[in-house]
This record gives sequence, C-alpha cells and structure tokens, in this order.
Amino acid sequence: MLRSLIAGIASVLFSMPLMADTMQLNMTPGVTAVSQNVYGLHMTILYICIAIGVVVFGVMFWAIFHHRKSKGAKPASFHESTKVEIIWTLIPFIILIGMAIPATKTLIAMEDTSKSDVTILVTGSQWKWHYSYFNQDVEYYSHLATSAEQISNQRQKRDNYLLEVDYPLVLPVGQKVRFLITSQDVIHSWWVPAFAVKKDANPGFINEAWTQIDKPGIYRGQCAELCGKDHGFMPIVVIAKPQAEYDDWLQKTKITQRKAREEEQRLLDMQMSLDELMALGEKTYTARCAMCHQANGEGIPGAFPALAGEGVSIDPKSKLEHISVVVHGKAGTAMQAFGPQLSLKELAAVITYERNAWGNNTGESVQAAEVQAIKNGQQL
Amino acid sequence: MTDTMRQEAEIDTAGCTDTEHDHHAYPAKGLKRWLFTTNHKDIGTLYLLFSLTMFFVGGAMAMVIRAELFQPGLQLVEPNFFNQMTTVHGLIMVFGAVMPAFTGLANWMIPMMIGAPDMALPRMNNWSFWILPFAFSLLLASLFMEGGGPNFGWTFYAPLSTTYSPPSTGLFVFAIHIMGISSIMGAINVVVTIVNMRAPGMTYMKMPLFVWTWLITAFLLIAVMPVLAGAVTMVLTDKYFGTSFFDAAGGGDPVMFQHIFWFFGHPEVYIMILPSFGIISAIIPAFSRKKLFGYSSMVYATASIAGLSFVVWAHHMFTTGMPVAAELFFMYCTMLISVPTGVKVFNWVATMWRGSLTFEVPMLFAIAFIVLFTIGGFSGLMLAITPADFQYHDTYFVVAHFHYVLVTGAIFSIMAAAYYWLPKWTGHMFDERLAHWHFWCSLISVNILFFPMHFLGLAGMPRRIPDYALQFADINAVVSIGGFLFGFSQLIFIAVLVKCIRGGEKAAAKPWEGAEGLEWTVASPAPYHTFSTPPKIDP
Repeated sequence: MLRSLIAGIASVLFSMPLMADTMQLNMTPGVTAVSQNVYGLHMTILYICIAIGVVVFGVMFWAIFHHRKSKGAKPASFHESTKVEIIWTLIPFIILIGMAIPATKTLIAMEDTSKSDVTILVTGSQWKWHYSYFNQDVEYYSHLATSAEQISNQRQKRDNYLLEVDYPLVLPVGQKVRFLITSQDVIHSWWVPAFAVKKDANPGFINEAWTQIDKPGIYRGQCAELCGKDHGFMPIVVIAKPQAEYDDWLQKTKITQRKAREEEQRLLDMQMSLDELMALGEKTYTARCAMCHQANGEGIPGAFPALAGEGVSIDPKSKLEHISVVVHGKAGTAMQAFGPQLSLKELAAVITYERNAWGNNTGESVQAAEVQAIKNGQQL
Repeated sequence: MTDTMRQEAEIDTAGCTDTEHDHHAYPAKGLKRWLFTTNHKDIGTLYLLFSLTMFFVGGAMAMVIRAELFQPGLQLVEPNFFNQMTTVHGLIMVFGAVMPAFTGLANWMIPMMIGAPDMALPRMNNWSFWILPFAFSLLLASLFMEGGGPNFGWTFYAPLSTTYSPPSTGLFVFAIHIMGISSIMGAINVVVTIVNMRAPGMTYMKMPLFVWTWLITAFLLIAVMPVLAGAVTMVLTDKYFGTSFFDAAGGGDPVMFQHIFWFFGHPEVYIMILPSFGIISAIIPAFSRKKLFGYSSMVYATASIAGLSFVVWAHHMFTTGMPVAAELFFMYCTMLISVPTGVKVFNWVATMWRGSLTFEVPMLFAIAFIVLFTIGGFSGLMLAITPADFQYHDTYFVVAHFHYVLVTGAIFSIMAAAYYWLPKWTGHMFDERLAHWHFWCSLISVNILFFPMHFLGLAGMPRRIPDYALQFADINAVVSIGGFLFGFSQLIFIAVLVKCIRGGEKAAAKPWEGAEGLEWTVASPAPYHTFSTPPKIDP
C-alpha cells in the first residue's frame, strides 16, 4: 500500500507533463542490461530513502505539531533507552545488507570485460576524443560540432546544442564491446548515460569498460571530469547500428581512410598556392587552434601564448621549429601534437596561416612535404 | 621544596595573578586590541567575522557561476574564468567560511562550556587566526595574475594542476600551506584546552556534545591536514622542480594524487560536519526543554563516524578504475557510515518527542538542519552504491548532495549557533522578526537553489561546465533564481547582526528557558574574563 503510494507520487513527480517535452527529471533506464540494472538499483534505493524519510520526518513533524509548548505540552523526562537504540542501529544495518547484495552483483557484472567481440581504444585529449578500432585499421578524432557562433549566442542554437560531434563513434548492436580508455594529457572521463558506462581516462594508464547495446539509435554523453577550459565542450556521440549496417560502415570507412592516406602521399609532390593554403589554414585554425590561441592569435596571457606578432610564427629562421611544435607538440605544456590529428595538407595550411595572418606577414608558405619531413623525424 | 620556599612561591603566584588581573581586566583600546589579543572571546569574534566576510566573497563567486549558467550559451565570463570561479568558490567556502566559523565557535564557546578561563595556548591562538587573512589575500590576489588564479577545481587533480596549471599555482600552494598550518594550530589548541582545562568534576562523559564533537574534529584535523600539505608539496615539486609523483612518463601515477587528496578530503568533509552535530545537540534539547536523548551513544556515534571517515576515501574515485575488490570494500564501508549518522538523527527526533517545543530562530535552523542534512544523507547513501555512483559521479546530483550537506547542513548549523549564542556574545536579544525573515527566506531559496540540481544530475548534466545542452535550460534558470534569492537573503543576516551588536533588548544570563551548560551561568554579554575561579560541577 505505502509502496504503491510512494511509487505513484514518484511517478507523477518524475513525469511532470509541463516539463516532459524539454527535460527529463530522472535517470534513464538506458539501452543495455547493465544500465537497466543500475536504473533498478537507483529506483530501489530512492524508494527506501523516501520510505525512511517519510517515517522519520513524519515522527518529527508529529512532535513539532503536537508537542508544542503553545499547546500546553509538558516535557517528558526520558533520555535514554538501550533497547530502542539497539533496534534503530540494527534495522538500518539490515536494510543496508539488502541494498548491498544487488549492488554487489551488478558491480561485478559491470567490471567483467572478458569475452568481448569488439575492442575500441578511446583516448581523451584536450578537448576531443579519439577512437581506434582494434585490428580494423580504422581510427579518427571526434570533435564538438557546435559552432562558436552558437555558443556565443550569435546564431540560433540547434536541437543538439553541445551534444553533437563531427565523427560519432559507431558500434554494433548486440555485441559485447570492450572499451580501453586512456588519455594523452589530463584526466578525462568517458560517459554515456544510456550505457551506464563512466570511466576515467588516465594519462599513462589504460582503463577497461564494456557495454552491449540492445537497441539501435543515437546516444549522447559528455566528458565527466574537469579537464581544463573546454571541459564543457567535449561531447560523446555513439551511433549503434545493426550488425549488417555496422559491417557496411566499417568497410566503407576503412576504404575512405586508406584512400585519404594514399591521397596524402600524392600531396607530397604538389605545391599549393599561398591563397589556397591561407583559406584552408584559416578554417583549420578556427576549428582546432582558436580555442586556446584565440581567433585573433593573441592567446590568453599566462595560459596560452600569443601567435600574433611574437614567437616562432614571425621569425623566418624558426619555420622548421614552428612546424615541429605544431606536429609534435611541446612537452610540459598544453600544446599537444597535431601531427596525428590533422592531414598533411591541413598542417601545412594552418602553419602557413599562422605565419601570415594577423600582420605576421612572413610571406612564407609551408608545403606538405616539409611537414612530412618533420613528421618523419628529420632533425631541425 | 622547603616550606618557606613553597610559601614564597604561593605569595609570588598570588601577587602575579593580582597584577595580571589588573593589567588584563579590560581589553586594550582600538586596533591593538584586535591585533595582539590573546583573549579567546576576541579571537572567536575575529574568526567569526572573517568567516562571514569569506562567506560573502565565496558567495559572490557563486553568483557569477549562477549568472553564467542562467541560460545556455556563454554570455558573461569565458570558460577559463568560470573554472577559476568554481575553484576559488570551493576553496573559500571550505577553508575560509565553514572551517574558520567552527574554529570561531570553538574559541568562543569551548572555554566557557568547560569552565576554563581561556584557551590553553592563547598566543598561538592569535597567530593561528592572523595568518588566515594573509593566506586568503594571496589566494585572491592570484586571480589577478597573468593566466589567472587556480582553475583546476578545489580538488586540483593532477596533471591538470601540475603540467597544465597557470603560473599562479605556486601562490595557490603557499596559500593552502598557510591555511593548513592555521588549522593545525587551531586544532592543537582545542585538544590541549579540552584535555587539560576542564573544570574540576567535569569528566569526559559530562562534557557538552559540542566540546566532544570538536575534540574528535580536532584529532581529524591533526591527522589529515599534513596529508594535504604533502599533496600540495608534491604538486609544487612536480610543477616547478621536475619530479614526477603524478606523471606516468616519469614513473608516477595521476591516480595516486587522488588517493592522497581524498585521504585528506574525506575526513575533511566530516571536519565540516561533526561540530554541527554538537551544535544541534545543544539546541534541540534547549528548545524541547528535555535532556538530549542517548548522550553516550551520540559520543560513540561521532567517534565511529570519525573512524570510518578514514577508510572510505576512495568512494570519491569509483570511476578511476580501481579493482573490483577495492570498489566493494569502499562501497560497504561507505554504506556503513549511514548507521551512526542515522543513530544521531533518531536521537534528535527522540529528544523532540514528547518535549515542550518552542520555535525560536535557533530551533528553526536546527530543525531545518535535521531535515535537509538528512536529505543530503540520503543522496549520500545513493552515491555510496557503486554501480549507481557511476551514473551520479561528477554530475549535478553530486553538487546537490554536498551542498545539502554543507550549506543546509554545516552553514545552517553555524547560523543556528550564531542565533543561539548571540545574546551571550552581545548582551542583546536579536530582532526576532527580522531573524524569522532571514530563516524563512533562506529555507525557501536554498531549496529552490539545490533541490532541482538532483534532477539536473540524474538527467545527465556534468558538473563544472560553463555551458550546457538545451534540455537543461529550464531547471538551470530556476536554480539560478534560487541562488540569487539565497544570496540576498543573507543580507538580512547582516542586518540582524548589526542591529544586535548595536543594541536591543537586554539579554538575561540565560535567555533560553531550556538551555543548559556553564556558558549560561555567566552574565550576558560574557565578561572579558570568565571562570578565573573554576566553577564546581555537581558529581
């Protein structure tokens, strides 16, 4: 009776129609067996807490209303009872054991990553995710796809504002997917609520997690560990596809990625014009560099150095060093290696752009072949 | 010692006491009184005023955070500054507002509650206070440095706080060191005072619970503040001296930082709540006109909570990838804490049961404490369940949880204490009507502020983000409005305080009918020196 009453109140509370279309108020049951277990656990503890709350606060408010001095209540003189105190120590203890048993079972299941069908290496870096499919020769970066204009309120926000990426992670439905999770700079945390998977990405160490998705669909999550300035702009999007579609996607992606690599090699003999480089460079800079060094190249003093009018980007003798910093990053700073993240063309373009934009005007262009040479470890 | 010598010594001491008495009977005048004071009441006042100031400084930062989060999109501050606000808000509220407020209450009340003339180490007391404003000036000054102040969260996880931190990190570490030194000195003073200076006849099991809870808190402080000092020192050497405690590339481990930090951090959260338990255990019986139910089990419960606080630190880091066995151990231990905490709540309710209740403002705050702290306890229990914690961790559910515990818990209890002892401190009754306004405005707004955060967290909003997806917009707007209301409600508190200090109805030595304790045996306001002759405690 009491339980069904509480369930009734809770269901009304958690599905308030006025908010239903914009906002959900409770955890989602998710789309995996584990996430449904977790949801079940969550609801069970919630009901237990509500029940205890109703009893304890009920007794308390009874006392508040009926034992008031203004109603002529005279204070009683009792002030201890070993019997009652033992009872209210033991009963919570028994309730706790009742909670611990299902929690233990679920936890052990969650941590068992053995016998997986697909393995994916997830690497967090400031502020993007990198996905690499084991033994498949498929890997890519996944960035926030929301534009800066939307974030700064200059343009209408789209429905999936801040929860959209350029290249989502694609997973098969019904297979046990194992995630190996790591980071290349600070600690991030890979979280998709619909799978009940949240695991920290620790630099230098690899964590494991797994999921098995029941239903095809698009699932969204976010980085859940403070990872610096753009922590709020590091979403995760997973598309779960039926096996056949997944295989198809994997095949196509493999071919596209191989073609792109071959195209890269052809580029090495080509000379791009300064205009062409500047146009592509500006685009790349805005998408990848402006978050730290700012669109005007002035950086944030004390945090991210300026590129406009100072440093390697205006010194003609430092061209190779400039390329090296962009390709390999700078150890001990937030400057990460963009060599693996961008194509040779993009790298050449963005370095050219940095050397010529904002009045830097060195007039030099950088070509893919030069970038490739640095990438291959040529000494400066 | 020969008889003559003893006699001489006695005469000498007697003479000495007399002159000292003459010399110190009244406080010095002006600024010197406050700078050089060794009087526990003056130092208590300094601590309380400092804490109140910091409460408003930290609160102003919370207002910046809530203003930015009022609607989606970035409008007021850029993300890096937002992170500085969340970090410094946390640091100031923990080390600048809650902890000094408790130390202030300890300084004022512990000697008066145990019948001692002063704290045991009065000159150290002066020092432990006066280094605090220095520490917080450094911390606040770092906001104006190039690169800005600390922006890595109050938990300053490595490597964000080492390799990737702004140049102000050195200043931040220095400030934390000074705060830690201040806390340790304060704690040592409390321990020495309680152990050595109780009036004859006051056995441990006769001490008021506020004294008990502070004694236990002081031991926690002495145990864990050095751990924090170690952690920040390692951050310092990793950043500036090329060590790699937390850098895997040099053989270190970033997760080790979290183990060390939370070995400090978890007992720290009890440091911020145990004295509250003592305050509530004084106020509830007073306004129920009944003795506290289960005094001794309250003492044991407090001690067991303190003991357990040392073995549950890793429940803050279930997602870092610990072995299952460790996760299970920390889950069980964490769940266990709810047992002694439950005992305390049940005892308070049993104290109210069949009492003769009145609802003056201290009692209202105390009742609100019990209800809202218990709600925080419930969400704490939910967080203890590891598989569910994976979903709650680092979301607004956690933010809601610890603000229920620390705002409607610790801070409400501090307000309750302030109202309860204000007549004793100032000699005047406070404006009851205004104080009621303060209470009701705070109560309503604080729930508009923090309750909906549970929903935000469950719906999937991570904490510490400056901008959020559109589905979180409505609730964030509500939360922000609650935040501004709560902020403004605290101005009423200032009005009450100013009015009460300046005048008002004269307070009797014991203004509350049901209050018990030695502090009510001296006049209101409490004379500058109390208990030069120890009071007698009935066996």
